[in-house]
Amino acid sequence: MSLDHATVRRIASLARIRVEEHEVETLRTELNSILGWIEQLNEVDIEGIAPLAGAADTAQPMRADVVTDGGYVEKILANAPERIGDFYAVPKVVE
Amino acid sequence: MLTDLTIAEARDGLRAKTFSAVELTTAHLDAIEALNPRLNAYITVTHAGALEQARAADAALAAGTQRALTGIPLAIKDLFCTEGVRTTAGSKMLGPFVPPYESTVTAQLLRDGAVFLGKANLDEFAMGSSNMTSAFGPVESPWKRRQDETAVLVPGGSSGGSAAAVSARLAMGATGTDTGGSIRQPASYCGLVGMKPTYGRCSRFGVVAFASSLDHPGPFARTVRDTAILLGSMAGHDPKDSTSAFLPVPDFEAACARGVKGLRIGVPREYRADGMPSEIEALWQQGLDWLRAAGAEVVDVSLPHTRYGLATYYIVAPAEASSNLARYDGVRFGLRHDGEDLRDLYERTRAEGFGAEVRRRVLIGTYVLSAGYYDAYYLRAQKIRALIRKDYTEAFTKVDALLTPTAPSAAFAQGENMDDPIKMYLNDVFTVPANLAGVPAVSVPAGLDSNGLPLGLQVIGKPFDEETLFAVAGAIEQAAGFDAVPQVRAGGK
Repeated sequence: MSLDHATVRRIASLARIRVEEHEVETLRTELNSILGWIEQLNEVDIEGIAPLAGAADTAQPMRADVVTDGGYVEKILANAPERIGDFYAVPKVVE
Repeated sequence: MLTDLTIAEARDGLRAKTFSAVELTTAHLDAIEALNPRLNAYITVTHAGALEQARAADAALAAGTQRALTGIPLAIKDLFCTEGVRTTAGSKMLGPFVPPYESTVTAQLLRDGAVFLGKANLDEFAMGSSNMTSAFGPVESPWKRRQDETAVLVPGGSSGGSAAAVSARLAMGATGTDTGGSIRQPASYCGLVGMKPTYGRCSRFGVVAFASSLDHPGPFARTVRDTAILLGSMAGHDPKDSTSAFLPVPDFEAACARGVKGLRIGVPREYRADGMPSEIEALWQQGLDWLRAAGAEVVDVSLPHTRYGLATYYIVAPAEASSNLARYDGVRFGLRHDGEDLRDLYERTRAEGFGAEVRRRVLIGTYVLSAGYYDAYYLRAQKIRALIRKDYTEAFTKVDALLTPTAPSAAFAQGENMDDPIKMYLNDVFTVPANLAGVPAVSVPAGLDSNGLPLGLQVIGKPFDEETLFAVAGAIEQAAGFDAVPQVRAGGK
């Protein structure tokens, strides 16, 4: 599978990364080189194998569904690039 | 020199009041001031905080309330969140980020009395094998080629600043993280011991996430014993990390001197990579001879899916990274680049904040998870990951540990391997499979190549059996008698 110009643009858009028109061709070459190298995985017989998502063997523990932490509005907003009162501020999204 | 002491020696010296914690910390801060402008091992030096912690350590020593690491000066990879101290992940994206909380691993080191000298440089978001992708500039390895002392070598990566700092005596030990080899490869390049413990042994809470199912915090030090001391403090169950193992922390330090008598050491034949330098092949054989002489039995084993480890990793790791790094949106913390609307703000922020390698991996990850390609790439990779882990499970029914080289080469120069991303990825060919399987692995310095550069051997073990790894690494350390020091170091030239 080889990526074309439009697919690179589509991936960048899904990833929410702005890519300038002059960068697309270089990226396309780099990504195709990596994806071409990954093709070697097609030779492995995976019939009947269950996928492994992670290496942790232990069962995921349950905990009581209670609030154990919080109430740090100032601490959390201290890193906000822009705030209005107790809220993060972003450009207007609804006209 | 105080900066040449091991952690174990410094611990004894502090308790015997031969020197104070303030003196020990000051010696390291002076060394940092002299050499960090050149090596760039630290992004942030916490001068005042370190001295304050050292004074508290002296008070604890005077009161007899010292703990395992009281007064020991450490470097912290700048991927661990430290409360009130800027944490950048080596990225422009987190340039302005000051965490309001402490990672569990660093909190435990502080609980045990450690002194933090500063935040160590790294590849951006821990993505790299050379420390060349850091937004805060590359790190210079303190090691030089004998034949060409002018060439600037890389310390390896991604924990390159941690490795350079410990090697050059700008810290007695350091934290690192290892997602595909990021502790073991720089340990090998810099002549250090570096351990990636079992997945779940050290909490990931407060560690800036790269690939959550592969990320492993772990220690660096100059000796096996020091590495064990650090891991003893860093490890343990943490309710804030749902993948943290509910297991007691063994006495790792005691395991270092256990010896290897009666142990069965496996040699995975698939690790004989094409084109492996003969020096590395010879060192590997030497390592096996040392272990045989110390009473171990060497057994040939097969890990047939090892050769697919790296390609599997380059699907799984970018996929998880693309998901984890979605949080960098310019809204809640970190960099913001204003845009015409919210979407434009996201896209401009992420274009400006991420470097080339991070962008590449986020795009690969987005692609392999996208509709229509998920089964062909991601699901297939997860199945091969299961096969890779099964190889280890089967090998460990026959042997107690495996011995391999850590990396396919010694340290390379800045600028080398930069023309092709895959060439850089190949540095991790021997280390990546242990991340996919979650099994523990340690790199121990075993010798020098013909250029005078350190080479490490890797010991891979059963899940949660770090003790055997410390025993095997201890035996190699003792047999190797590795006492080479880097040309650039505190008190050196």
